[in-house]
Amino acid sequence: MTYFFNTPQQQKEMCDAIGIQDVDELFSQIPAEIRLAEDLQLPAAMGELELTQHMTNLAARNYAAGQKICFLGAGSYDHFIPAAVDAIASRGEFYTSYTPYQPEVSQGNLQATFEYQSLICQLTGMEVSNASLYDGGSAVAEAVLMCLSATRRYSKVVAVGSVHPEYRQTTATYLQNLETELVTVPTPEGTVAPEQVAAVVDDTTACVLIQHPNFFGCLEEVEAIAQIAHDQGALLVQSFDPISLGLLKRPADLGADVAVAEGQSLGTPMQFGGPYLGILACREKFVRRMPGRIVGQTEDRRGRCCWVLTLQTREQHIRREKATSNICTNQGLFALRASVYLALMGPKGLSDTATLSMQKAHYAADCLWNTSRLGSAFARPFFKEFVVRDGNGQVQQLLNAASRQGILAGVSLGKWFPELSDCFLVTVTEKRTKSEIDQLATCLGSVNTPSEILHA
Amino acid sequence: MRNRLATKLLFELSQPDREGSRLPACDVPEQNIEDMLPTSAFATSPPELPELSEPDVVRHYTNLSTLNMSVDTHFYPLGSCTMKYNPKRNERLAALPGFSELHPFQPEETIQGMLQLLHELQQMLAEISGLPAVSLQPAAGAHGELTALMVAAAYFRDNNQRRTKVLAPDSAHGTNPASAAMAGFETIAIKSLPSGYVDMRDLHNKLDDQVGVLMITNPNTLGLFESEIGQIVNAVHERGGLVYLDGANMNAILGMTRPGDFGADMMHFNPHKTFSGPHGGGGPGAGPICVVDFLQPYLPVPNVVHDQDLYRLDFDRPKSIGQVRSFFGNVGVLVRAYAYIRTHGPDGLKQVAQNAVLNANYVLSRVRHILPVPQGNRCMHEFVATASQLKNDKGISAMDIAKRLLDFGFHAPTVYFPTTVAESMMIEPTETESRTTLDAFAETLFRITDEPSELLHEAPHSTWISRPNEVQAARHPVTRWKPAG
Amino acid sequence: MNHEELLYAETHEWLHLAEQNGDKIATIGISAFAVEALTDLVYIQLPEIGQKVAVGESFGEVESVKAVSDLYSPIEGEVIEVNESLADDLEALSTDPYGKGWVAKIKLTDEGGLADLLDADSYQKQCSDG
Repeated sequence: MTYFFNTPQQQKEMCDAIGIQDVDELFSQIPAEIRLAEDLQLPAAMGELELTQHMTNLAARNYAAGQKICFLGAGSYDHFIPAAVDAIASRGEFYTSYTPYQPEVSQGNLQATFEYQSLICQLTGMEVSNASLYDGGSAVAEAVLMCLSATRRYSKVVAVGSVHPEYRQTTATYLQNLETELVTVPTPEGTVAPEQVAAVVDDTTACVLIQHPNFFGCLEEVEAIAQIAHDQGALLVQSFDPISLGLLKRPADLGADVAVAEGQSLGTPMQFGGPYLGILACREKFVRRMPGRIVGQTEDRRGRCCWVLTLQTREQHIRREKATSNICTNQGLFALRASVYLALMGPKGLSDTATLSMQKAHYAADCLWNTSRLGSAFARPFFKEFVVRDGNGQVQQLLNAASRQGILAGVSLGKWFPELSDCFLVTVTEKRTKSEIDQLATCLGSVNTPSEILHA
Repeated sequence: MRNRLATKLLFELSQPDREGSRLPACDVPEQNIEDMLPTSAFATSPPELPELSEPDVVRHYTNLSTLNMSVDTHFYPLGSCTMKYNPKRNERLAALPGFSELHPFQPEETIQGMLQLLHELQQMLAEISGLPAVSLQPAAGAHGELTALMVAAAYFRDNNQRRTKVLAPDSAHGTNPASAAMAGFETIAIKSLPSGYVDMRDLHNKLDDQVGVLMITNPNTLGLFESEIGQIVNAVHERGGLVYLDGANMNAILGMTRPGDFGADMMHFNPHKTFSGPHGGGGPGAGPICVVDFLQPYLPVPNVVHDQDLYRLDFDRPKSIGQVRSFFGNVGVLVRAYAYIRTHGPDGLKQVAQNAVLNANYVLSRVRHILPVPQGNRCMHEFVATASQLKNDKGISAMDIAKRLLDFGFHAPTVYFPTTVAESMMIEPTETESRTTLDAFAETLFRITDEPSELLHEAPHSTWISRPNEVQAARHPVTRWKPAG
Repeated sequence: MNHEELLYAETHEWLHLAEQNGDKIATIGISAFAVEALTDLVYIQLPEIGQKVAVGESFGEVESVKAVSDLYSPIEGEVIEVNESLADDLEALSTDPYGKGWVAKIKLTDEGGLADLLDADSYQKQCSDG
């Protein structure tokens, strides 16, 4: 068998050394009545060649983003990944290592994580970052839980309706057994009106959750919202787009207390939704409320600078039911990818990526909104995503027709926002060329009569 | 040799105007950026990132990587972590663009191969667990625990039952009580007997109509199969509670017995342990859960269904707890798990368990005269030895042995967990180690325990750093590099 | 403070009672025995001023690298002062546990808990009996 070393002869010798007749004797601890009498009903084993052929066939039944022109976003983005990111992350010393519980033989991972934390602090303006969480959605939920304990206000959380619907849904799931009310402020105009937030935030509110740029790509008035939260003693959690920070003000400068993000766009492939990278950074005073691992700098016995996992008393393996979170695994490999990506990009590369994405998104919006059938849903400044309204109200047919022509044109919004069932979200990254954007406009412009498509 | 220059912090290596990437010129008609966004939205200066060339970055990280131990380079007998070999074919297959470059919101007709793979994986996990309903969504084992406990809470709520307690053995992994707290339950610890098994009397004393879920790890944290699992499960079921199996130790029982067959109602898998997903220096993992039929309506959305020759994502489950994260799940890890299960087939999976248990018992039989195993002379896939005697006789602690092993090129076992055994060393060799390695490991342990304790207290001696000052790190936390001034 | 004149809880907190403007004020700290047993403390979570505490209720925590211990209030009352200087000088807990290492002052609202406290001799006996 492929990954076993011991030959039948060696197995026999090992049994002798243990003092047993055969391996089966070792399973006598399992009561006979629950022992599996038959083999599992699974497909037969495959060698590497067969498996490769089989899975290559499965993969061939999908259309990768490179085969279709991808204008999908909504939290998962087709940004460019430099080759060096893959080269470094595929080193076995990184990807086959474990959590750095033995710091003496894990300095590579520990230093890389310390650098990741530092890069995230530099990027967000926050004072501390953890070593990462699962993904953007659970990072938002964890940030909210952190605010409950930091403020000791357990009764109410206010979320702005333009936060990614799956992040809000994840937060709602996390809160459903905790008797905390999640109040959502609707955003029919694409962004939230500060006075509407002010109307629901009171001195029992733990935090206000906002996304900027928001799910629709629009910019929110974060500073005003932060002021409203802080006036009531509540905290501000901002979900941000890491790429946007090549251009936009940092969460800390906008008044956020906790900054969270989906870090996938920093060098992680889309891979159908995961594994991704949950970023969480905050003000120094909340460091002991943070979920997840944190790496800290110290010295060894010879006075050498080195790194260890620290502030572990927050975590489940010590504090058990009183831990700040149950999280154990972080996303080490994707934190590494994000660091390599940011190191390669540098200030100029990240600004250029943000600028190009924004320029191209605005060009695309102008092209699409100029067609007779399509229009803008929200007259709001946006970054790299925007919402298109289909005058014919046939979003699904429109997107299907585009897909057949090789273009993944956008994400329909009706699933999350019934009032936007005639709308879809278009995302443009730096990877999209003028020619591809023109094709998108031509394609969507040429889909004329809904009836024709319905019967196609 | 450690390259001291290249392993300076990224920020110290930074040089003004160095570039590691160059973006193309803008090929669309450019607008003035102030016309696109209000001036107040822009940062006043570029992001404060280091400036490095690609060779700088590659050399930096390549050198850092050499400071790690890893499964590719060393034996990792880290108890409860199942550090088995991570097959290279899985990496190549998961990286196929047809898997790795799929957007989570692509139309279903463009991802039929992906959905088929995930659907087959759901079925295979159901078969391996003996529990028919599967959610692939949770991102890690602890996340799977939390998700399942939320499912249980939703089930009780739906049936108008108020159950506020979770029972878990005192030897349980810390995630169990932490997950229970996050799902709104109070955790009550059940005592373990000196033999390592659940104390049935204590269980009966603590079981009442308030108990929602018993969380149990089987084989347990001491590497023992709870032989009274039938009685345990019955006792919980009689009081209307549910039994959750922490699947951390599934490697020991693959194809030998199934949680569903011994009465568990819910469980999670750790594909990054049992099904060879690489640990990535601390993640990613995945934590798919399997549950009995009557809990299916409460599972997270979406899952994959197959009808009329098409695979699709099913969101239409009104009683679902909802999503526990964004998007579908840690698909990259699940693709590797799929490849692993297909590589082994039914017979191969059974051999995984057999070899894992054989290897563990072999090491146990070789070392128990110097590191006694209080809970017996046989184990499943791992065992917990104690250095108590050595500590008393020679002043050698479990930590000393762990640190000294590093000098000989072995990763340390898990030490001081579980806390129910003094000076504990939890050893799990996994099935992918050869007898040669296991013998070398055992002989190294003999040699170390013969060494002077002073030498051991200062170990490791040959690693790039000696023992770090953890007190200083925690007392005055420095968690990031700060720019000068 | 002379540790022989203090009262002690079984959970290792010491208490000194004084009268101030007609109120009974308890100064609370951690016994030398307990501080030594905890080894290498790295952090103390102090209670908040104004916080109401009940007998046996946790009102703070001390942490070492890999362990956390609750501080339990021996009495019922309201926290009126905390020793902020401990944040920067944790050493005081071990160098001067009955002086500079005090943790909090609590104004009693009920004297119920006092009866269960031990005198120095009885506490000493508890510690040496293990």
